[in-house]
Amino acid sequence: MSELLDLNLVEASKALKNKKISSLELTKAYLKSISNTSSLGAYLEIVEDKAIRMAKESDKKLFDGTARPLEGIPIGIKDMFCTKDIKTTASSKILENFIPTYESTVTQNLWNDGAVILGKLSCDEFAMGSSNETAAKGNVINPWLKNKKMSPGGSSGGSAAAVAARSALAATGTDTGGSIRQPAAFCGITGLKPTYGRCSRWGIVAFSSSLDQAGPLTRTVSDAALMLNSMAGYDQKDSTSANLKMPDLMDYLDKGIKGKKIGIPKEYTQDGISEDIGKFYEKSIDWLRDEGAEIIPVSLPHTKYALPAYYIIAPAEASSNLARYDGVRYGARQEASSLDEMYELTRGNGFGDEVKRRIMIGTYVLSSGYYDAYYLKAQKVRRLIKEDFENVYKKVDFILTPSTPTTSFELGKKQDPLTMYLNDIFTVPASLAGLPGISLPVGLDKSGLPIGIQLIANSFDEPGLISTARVLEMSAGFNFIADGAAK
Amino acid sequence: MPNKDTIVDVPTVNKIARLSRLDISEVNKQSLTNDLNNILRFVAQLDEVDTSNIEPLASVTGHKLPLRSDDVNDGNIEDLVLKNAPESSSGFFVVPKVIE
Repeated sequence: MSELLDLNLVEASKALKNKKISSLELTKAYLKSISNTSSLGAYLEIVEDKAIRMAKESDKKLFDGTARPLEGIPIGIKDMFCTKDIKTTASSKILENFIPTYESTVTQNLWNDGAVILGKLSCDEFAMGSSNETAAKGNVINPWLKNKKMSPGGSSGGSAAAVAARSALAATGTDTGGSIRQPAAFCGITGLKPTYGRCSRWGIVAFSSSLDQAGPLTRTVSDAALMLNSMAGYDQKDSTSANLKMPDLMDYLDKGIKGKKIGIPKEYTQDGISEDIGKFYEKSIDWLRDEGAEIIPVSLPHTKYALPAYYIIAPAEASSNLARYDGVRYGARQEASSLDEMYELTRGNGFGDEVKRRIMIGTYVLSSGYYDAYYLKAQKVRRLIKEDFENVYKKVDFILTPSTPTTSFELGKKQDPLTMYLNDIFTVPASLAGLPGISLPVGLDKSGLPIGIQLIANSFDEPGLISTARVLEMSAGFNFIADGAAK
Repeated sequence: MPNKDTIVDVPTVNKIARLSRLDISEVNKQSLTNDLNNILRFVAQLDEVDTSNIEPLASVTGHKLPLRSDDVNDGNIEDLVLKNAPESSSGFFVVPKVIE
């Protein structure tokens, strides 16, 4: 079984197409792996029967030569994606019994390309969190230093933990301010947030609509390319979907980076980054230079204001989006004698503390008398942040930064909300500007925890992002497996 | 933006909770108020930024929202629409009585 789990997505796909393995045996190996790693708590729902059924269908297609790009590949889905007839809770108590009657566009794209669903993966409640601790059913454990119970990061903590623990060959995630890239960094895997508009948001539980974007969490850069090939695409059902064809990313894996310009923003190396991360950031710069890139110091002067702007814009949009959970059309309801009381009890009982905090902040900054001072101000700063990037991309092709200021931390160490927010300090700016970013593992720190480095490309330059990330991946040669991974 | 010393007090928190239709238990109110103040003080850093003559940015897509004709493209799915409703009757969502 170990040989099956050793294959990454691209290798497994090749082995399936060459009939060296079957989707049924691969899928069964992963179902076994899910049960062997169940103490990590990555899965909220396992759909064994459906997985077996889909694997058998894939084997037929592999046999008769009609295999699709992801034929027979068993994957996990973050619980933010609506999956028809499969419970979708967004890790919230208020949706604990919600069974969608439709399928999200991104997951439908994956099934249309032959992928096999294993189950639904835990995340922070409504994707609001950076440690997976706000999940209604409890945190997920990072498979690295398993006995110490480290955070997998968040919000896509279940997705990152499952890929690192080899209980999913790949997983979907969503990223609003870092929710794919930060957990990928914490779990030693690759996480890609595409350009805003690349992947349809239709059928994804909405958090902050001007920021939310789906993307893959995988073992390697080429796996991410193959997943995103299938996930992305124009969708009439999402008015912000980009009507722009994405080239086949697999064609860009080995393009190299000779003559490409890499920007090193001075604002990302200032305070608070751990010594080991600083060391590997320097190494990454050297690796890219050695491969023929030109390294150019740049400045993104408004970086410092990205996090405060984000913590106005994201809660404002969340407070509006989450108004739909009213106990009337779907979701849990608390009975009460009046309508208003029913709303208040339903929402007070159904949402966790972090979600409530964000709804409160959002309501406050949008309320009469404060709207201009907070919300409009934040939107103006957002423009300045976007312009910072536009100016820098006149001079460079990509920007290299650490993914996170620190490696993973222990679960249960009660942190105040603001300290938790600082986890996303390096990922939020690209989110506000709508730019594509990827985090990939480049090494381990002194305690043996993975370190992630982030590359940010210009809008819709996922092909260039893949080429550059691949070069960095080859140079880093990160081939460690988490101690808590399935064997 | 109000000056940095301005703190939302418990009555203000009650008002926001009411606008948000959130029942907040009495025991949690003080800690929630403290959290909100910390967050609001943090975001008040934006005051340092000169944003005169800067247009607010609501969307990064750069494209105009597309229009489509207002046609019914599905229908006859009443069962599906009501399937997740906590309470429904005769094809309607049911809520507590609002008129005496």
